[in-house]
Amino acid sequence: MIRLAVVSGKGGTGKTMVAAALADISGVPQALADCDVDAANLELLFEPRRITTEDYLGLEAARIDTAVCRDCGICADHCRFGAIVRRNDAWEVDPLHCEGCAVCTYVCPTGAARMEPRPSGEIYTSATDRGSLAHARLFPGSGNSGLLVTEVRKRAESLAEGADLLLADGPPGIGCPLIATVGGMDAVLIVTEPGVSALHDIERLVTVCRRFGVRIFAAINRFDLAEDIRARIEDYCRREEIVVAGEIPFDPMVIDAVRNGRPVTRGAASPAADALRALRDTLFAELGLS
Amino acid sequence: MKIAIASGKGGTGKSTVAANLGFTLALSREVALVDCDVEEPNLHLFFPAPATDVPVTTPVPEIDPDRCTLCGECGKFCRFGALSVLKDRVLVFPHLCHSCGGCTLVCPQGAIEEIPRTIGRVACSSPIPRLTLVSGVLNEGEVQAPAVIRAAKALSKAHPLTIYDASPGTACPVIETIDGSDACILVTESTPFGLHDLRLAAEVAEKMGIPAGVVINRSDGRDEETLAFCRERGLPVLMTIPFSREIAAVQNRGGLICRDLPGWEERFLALFDGIAGVIA
Repeated sequence: MIRLAVVSGKGGTGKTMVAAALADISGVPQALADCDVDAANLELLFEPRRITTEDYLGLEAARIDTAVCRDCGICADHCRFGAIVRRNDAWEVDPLHCEGCAVCTYVCPTGAARMEPRPSGEIYTSATDRGSLAHARLFPGSGNSGLLVTEVRKRAESLAEGADLLLADGPPGIGCPLIATVGGMDAVLIVTEPGVSALHDIERLVTVCRRFGVRIFAAINRFDLAEDIRARIEDYCRREEIVVAGEIPFDPMVIDAVRNGRPVTRGAASPAADALRALRDTLFAELGLS
Repeated sequence: MKIAIASGKGGTGKSTVAANLGFTLALSREVALVDCDVEEPNLHLFFPAPATDVPVTTPVPEIDPDRCTLCGECGKFCRFGALSVLKDRVLVFPHLCHSCGGCTLVCPQGAIEEIPRTIGRVACSSPIPRLTLVSGVLNEGEVQAPAVIRAAKALSKAHPLTIYDASPGTACPVIETIDGSDACILVTESTPFGLHDLRLAAEVAEKMGIPAGVVINRSDGRDEETLAFCRERGLPVLMTIPFSREIAAVQNRGGLICRDLPGWEERFLALFDGIAGVIA
């Protein structure tokens, strides 16, 4: 089985659009994973039927039992995250800032500070007409998104048993969610666009991906919006020996497809859909998928 | 006044709004622009200038093998898996350390000392008169984005007018960025993805008790659903930027529409008045 993650560094370059198109036209048995857990959008294009829902608890958070608290404030002195705050004349844990380190429970002389489970999101497995999907929802403002990605990856791994392809839609950035997505993958497809920001971001992303020993491919989305920067991206990829597996033109049909809640490859022929089919063929040939 | 710019979805134009707003305001007053998208900072691309780097370090444990009795207390206490006590030594995984200081507290031998470890930097520059640019940069392979964001915000603390550019998403880096802001500008685009993620971003701002307003970017005029959502949630739409190849071209080459296209300086000034009006 090939494990492929669609990533981008910079957000909004078209990861989900490309991932959805590849899932739509892959033609091989596959499982899907939406690893962009803070802003999961793949489900908007595949009308998933939910099979399982599990609570995601993340790391425990501290809570102060005001009935036991003697108001000494030692916990607040030791908390390095500013998570212990004074409210209504009592010490209280601000869950948005609590990292779950448990230092307060250690220093509290009365046992008033305790750790308790912290519901941080939900993990789902769903059925779609293009294979099973593992996805999640991080409650807005919760931490530990990298850990949640790892949970999604685990579910996807079991869903992918016997399949030829595990296709993941990744998060933007290069931090913990991205690292949790890329670890254990065979290949990444970087979706970029011809802009100075995207060009800058791809270099940092490649540095991180190289550490995982994955094969790296690129796709240039909306390539015709700035031909000169497109040439600079192509030069960069050549120097880094990254195969540019496809280039997708700016095409209003892409937004139409998203508005209609379907992958752009499903529906009337369009320049973007044609380019995505060519991308699929090049990429799959490189990966040895037929 | 501190204004955070966030979005939920990536690539909606947070940095575009931040850079143009910063440039416009700097024409008449002192302003600090703080790039808190430390995983992929981009604001410096709009404002090329020599910068002074300040390293960002976090304290991580170092074990004194002469004092350590391998009792295992530190490994048991650490909830992040950053310490592993073996038969003959203690392994430290600094990447996993959250710098809570717990291990130094629990060690009965006083065998643990905290030493600084560099995880990124904050680059400070003055690219144009009255504008200070403070960019947080997380080193590649590091995961403690919030620590770099805290450092960037701390360096700009004294400025009377500060704009924070957040990363996409709704997780800890975004919380760290918008925490302590007086108002939040949520940048969206009128697609189902944009609206889906705007809902999440609005939820974060609401949860943190920070008043917010919305900028609709790359509008093709079909913004009804987004407008309906904003009405329903009482979020004022402060600005609409249409999609045009001309605007896209300016942005793609790292230009500023408020400087390079007529009429936009006034609109960004109006955006500032709009967001100031949200803080009541």
